[in-house]
Amino acid sequence: MNITLNGKDHPLDADTTLSALVTRLTGRPLAPNGQATDGRKLGVAVARNAAVVPRSQWSATALADGDDVEIVTAVQGG
Amino acid sequence: MSEQMTGQVTEPATTAALAPLVIDGVELGSRLIMGTGGAPSLDGLGAALVASGTELTTVAMRRYSPAETGSLFQLLEDQGIRVLPNTAGCFTARDAVLTAELAREALETDWVKLEVIADEHTLLPDAVELVEATEQLVNRGFKVFAYTNDDPVLALRLENLGAVAVMPLGSPIGTGLGILNPHNIELIVSRASVPVVLDAGIGTASDAALAMELGCDAVLLATAVTRAQDPVMMATAFRHAVQAGRLASLAGRIPRREHALASSAMEGRAEFL
Repeated sequence: MNITLNGKDHPLDADTTLSALVTRLTGRPLAPNGQATDGRKLGVAVARNAAVVPRSQWSATALADGDDVEIVTAVQGG
Repeated sequence: MSEQMTGQVTEPATTAALAPLVIDGVELGSRLIMGTGGAPSLDGLGAALVASGTELTTVAMRRYSPAETGSLFQLLEDQGIRVLPNTAGCFTARDAVLTAELAREALETDWVKLEVIADEHTLLPDAVELVEATEQLVNRGFKVFAYTNDDPVLALRLENLGAVAVMPLGSPIGTGLGILNPHNIELIVSRASVPVVLDAGIGTASDAALAMELGCDAVLLATAVTRAQDPVMMATAFRHAVQAGRLASLAGRIPRREHALASSAMEGRAEFL
């Protein structure tokens, strides 16, 4: 299947969870509650189809073909 | 606050005058809020932040990119500086609310600097969308720091909607033109019962001192430091300027007069025949 990740087409195995996608992008393994297992704050948030998905639901959220996913973090800004 | 941050101002009266700013029940030892925008490198930014003495700094929310993981988030965590995410780049209440929700999730804070701008040319706030977004965010439990025009009517309306701080602009973002309408800023201050933070347009230290002299509770700036030729020196200048302006504001300036007034007594002068 294909999703849109941060504005770009992104091929993905069926039934991939949001948790797996975040780990793949950030390189940080996640606990089922969505916190990074390295003990440091992850500092990212996810919107799926223009709705924020709380980190506690990432592992239970399977992505679907055509989903639009935005993964954001803090950058420099006034 | 460390001794280095308080500088040489240690007399009891001035210590009282430099009491912390309290926003949403949180004490901030510095009345200078430094944004992180415009810095060419994270190292330079870190040094400028330390020199400024700030305890609160703004960040923007953007798409995660694996390429640039010299993490700003980590830098701020390491330095113990509280984060104030902004909604920079949002043109509608809808986008601003969604961005604030993402920031709350990513950074685990319900504080948000609400920016809803009208267009990229002026970067001025869109009052209608700003009011709408403030209402929605307050209803969702956010603590809204509302970036607003220097309009006393709008500022009061934002406060009445539940903003925890109002942040009028001195002049448009990034212009360095200073405070174009001091009278309006004074009017906003005189009617506000939440902290007033002068935000945007600061060019140099005297602009920040003026903001504090006008009665503002704090000053927020970014590019005035990050794009200065020597950001660390400029951050130090701003740290002193904000303290100086605050002290001057509380000390009570002399009234302005139409004519000169001698400070030396006229009586008892020697007469030369």
